[in-house]
Amino acid sequence: MSRSATSSPGISLRLRRRFLESEALRGFSLLSPTLLAMVFGLAMPLLVLFTLSFWLQDYVDFIKTFSWKNYADFFAKPIYGMILFKSIKISGMVTLATVLLAYPMAYFIALRIKTNKLVWLILITVPFWTSYLLRVFAWKLMLGYNGVVNSGLKSIGLISEPLEFLLYNPMAVTITLAHAWAAFAILPIYVSLEKIDRSLHEAARDLGENAFMTFVRVTLPLSLPGVIAASLLVFIPTVGDYVTPSLVGGPSGIMIGNIIQSMFGKAFNWPLGAAISVMVMLTITAMVCVLLWGTHQFRRRVA
Amino acid sequence: MSDPIISFQGVSKRFGQVTAVDNTSFDIQRGEFFSLLGPSGCGKTTLLRMVAGFEVPSAGEIMIDDQPMSATPPNHRPVNMVFQNYAIFPHLNVRNNIAFGMRKAGLTRAELDKRIDEALELIKLPGYGSRGAEELSGGQRQRVALARALIKQPKVLLLDEPLGALDKKLREQMQIELRQLQQQIGITFLFVTHDQEEALTLSDRIAVMSEGAVMEIASPGQLYESPGSPFVADFIGSMNFFEGEILSSTDSAITVQTSALGTVSVTNSDAHMTAGQKAWVAIRPEKMQPVFSNPGERANTTSGSMGPSAYLGDRSHFYVQLPERDDPVLVALQNLERSMAKLHKPNQPVWLQWASDAVVLLPRD
Amino acid sequence: MNVNRPWWRPDGFAVYAVIYLTFIYLPVLFLPLFSFNKSKYIAFPLKGFTFQWYEKMINTPDLLEALMNSVKVGVAVAVVSTMFGLLAAKAVTRYRIPGQGPVLGFIMVPLVIPGIILAIALLILITQLDIPLSLWTVGFAHMLLCTPFAMLVLISRMEGFDKSLEEAALDLGEGAWMTFWRVTFPIVLPGIIASLLLTFTISFDEFVLAFFLTSTDPTLPIYIWSSLRFPTKIPPVLALGATIFVLSFVVVSFAEWIRRRGVKLESSSGI
Repeated sequence: MSRSATSSPGISLRLRRRFLESEALRGFSLLSPTLLAMVFGLAMPLLVLFTLSFWLQDYVDFIKTFSWKNYADFFAKPIYGMILFKSIKISGMVTLATVLLAYPMAYFIALRIKTNKLVWLILITVPFWTSYLLRVFAWKLMLGYNGVVNSGLKSIGLISEPLEFLLYNPMAVTITLAHAWAAFAILPIYVSLEKIDRSLHEAARDLGENAFMTFVRVTLPLSLPGVIAASLLVFIPTVGDYVTPSLVGGPSGIMIGNIIQSMFGKAFNWPLGAAISVMVMLTITAMVCVLLWGTHQFRRRVA
Repeated sequence: MSDPIISFQGVSKRFGQVTAVDNTSFDIQRGEFFSLLGPSGCGKTTLLRMVAGFEVPSAGEIMIDDQPMSATPPNHRPVNMVFQNYAIFPHLNVRNNIAFGMRKAGLTRAELDKRIDEALELIKLPGYGSRGAEELSGGQRQRVALARALIKQPKVLLLDEPLGALDKKLREQMQIELRQLQQQIGITFLFVTHDQEEALTLSDRIAVMSEGAVMEIASPGQLYESPGSPFVADFIGSMNFFEGEILSSTDSAITVQTSALGTVSVTNSDAHMTAGQKAWVAIRPEKMQPVFSNPGERANTTSGSMGPSAYLGDRSHFYVQLPERDDPVLVALQNLERSMAKLHKPNQPVWLQWASDAVVLLPRD
Repeated sequence: MNVNRPWWRPDGFAVYAVIYLTFIYLPVLFLPLFSFNKSKYIAFPLKGFTFQWYEKMINTPDLLEALMNSVKVGVAVAVVSTMFGLLAAKAVTRYRIPGQGPVLGFIMVPLVIPGIILAIALLILITQLDIPLSLWTVGFAHMLLCTPFAMLVLISRMEGFDKSLEEAALDLGEGAWMTFWRVTFPIVLPGIIASLLLTFTISFDEFVLAFFLTSTDPTLPIYIWSSLRFPTKIPPVLALGATIFVLSFVVVSFAEWIRRRGVKLESSSGI
């Protein structure tokens, strides 16, 4: 014997509908404050940046008519392209150096340490609790004419005149940045190495592979997501860095970030600065696509 | 005397394109131990969660004690759930886990403590109150989950495959304890499981579900001995099916013509069959008696040869090959003596006998 | 360490680890070293031990003001980013949201834009809207940068969180808010604390966004940047760097000690 619902169908139906729909709606409303803030803080500024790149600077005002001039200038004057290219090269070297140096360290903590992994991780990150500026400055101290390396070598008598090639060139920038980003590279690689099921290594050995080939065929491919994350995390911010080149790069170590900064500083040509920034972003996107395509190919060949 | 505590009325649940529960209507009586039994994906857990309020029906209505529940969120429903993985709060000790839902009950500290102690006695964990949740074994967590739900004295206790993670011995022990508990307290239990033996052991009535629909609801004995459909007959336990055609049907006996078993005479059948109708003759493996010397021409006897066998400790399973049939017949025999080796010879001729009221007749289309 | 190896044949990785750690620590250790040095110039040989730079540090009002600014901004940013990150993490891990991937990717964008480009983009927008530059604009920019980090930390914490715990709380009679307060929050708390610490650190140390988006109130990195040109101003800055370093070490050790103690204690349920 069944009894029908006693409340009127209209109200309960509507309530229930709201319940049903509310699954996705509830989730979305939970997300919306964050989303709104990010839209305002990201989408709009980037849009404005993009728009500005098509305007022109007129002393302190903008000429708000559409023009390709900034982009024409960018391609016409070789210096911009050259410095962008150099920045990409330096960032690429930094990324390569940082990731290559970081990988064995991450491997060590993930796969060789059995207890107190957290302690090691903290140990790695501790130096990075000093100010970034001070860390860069520390390298300036180390490599300078009267700096630590030179005065130290002089006082033990190894050299009589300070070494000049240490500072104020792209090499100094590369070393400094590789040091500054070390922790950022180690952590993602560590996380993805840690996730690998230990029994996979055992299975590979059981099937006849030696230690090295096990690494190449099992560990490396499975840790690739971490390596990619680390590479992106290091490469992208480094391209736009201007602090390090300012402090240790000298005139030969200038990067594209310095140029953009001057556009908003002394050179005061905001639209041109915006255009250069857009070009930088496009270049970065292209490089990232190349990187992802490359690792995809690597995965397919090794797997 | 019908006294439904839960009433499903045309309940359906769809997830996108998938229909998890399809237009289901039935009642659960007050004080029953009611089980939903079926394979994974049959909709039993979805149905349970709809009673709890974690899923909202796409259509239909669920009534609890004559109250429609569609607009009631889970925290206001008079039912409580024991979750499959127990969901014991890791940051609270046992006492505080059990007392978790009693915040709005308006009890004094002393009254609450007394109730908690009673609950600990009930689940046979006295003195465990100050243990941390992380220190408990699986079986202990399960009991704490039970106590936590029962202390709220719900109208119905919902159990979502609570014994699945326990090892066999512990599971059997918990089954007995659960049954006793239910009978002691008298609350209605709605129990979800994919384990038939469990459902048969614990339940007053079982709903067999498949692919979102309820196939049959009956007591364990009825489901096992008098299943209403070939699906249920096959799903519960093991069953041997033989194709047949009704020759005659009277009040005392029904005669069926089969190719594999010859002419079968069935007594005490609930089936309503007419002559000429197609039927399944279904006989449980334990209802078949193997005999190793020719019993002569008798009714309800057939002959074949022995195939592979399996030793299960307390009983043995034999597969018997019949001449008119490709699939072997499964026969189950209690190992009444300690050495049954003489039966294990393959290709040995064997005769199978069964009682006329041990046959289940089911319609065949 | 690997117990199976005899001690005289060190694991190649262990040797590498030591060398690598030296590489990481060495430049950084010079900072506190020279903060105690009795010379204005940062060079060997060392000229004697002194606390004078630390004294000078405490007595430089500009430095202290910049420090306070960074702390103020950092705390505000930590709280707001963590809140946003928590909401987003809960939404993503508990509900089926259509278009979840792209939405998440969008929120993560600040991580993959070079800082200077984000800085100038925000600068352009803010000036076009005639909003004055101040610590508020800096805070807003930092919030954009830190929220993705908060979200990452909290998502990973909440993914390991058993969903049926919240359902159990609902089943036992608690509404949405009390469920959060009594079940979700205590369990996610370590993640919240980690997120607060991480976002505070990122904001506290952030230079580029702050540089472009502040007017007259400097944050600490800005102060440091302007001091680096003047040799006399450098040693107190080194003293500050060393102080902050030690302080953060103490704070993190303290937090870890509390965490270990908290695990042993039974917590009350907050009825």
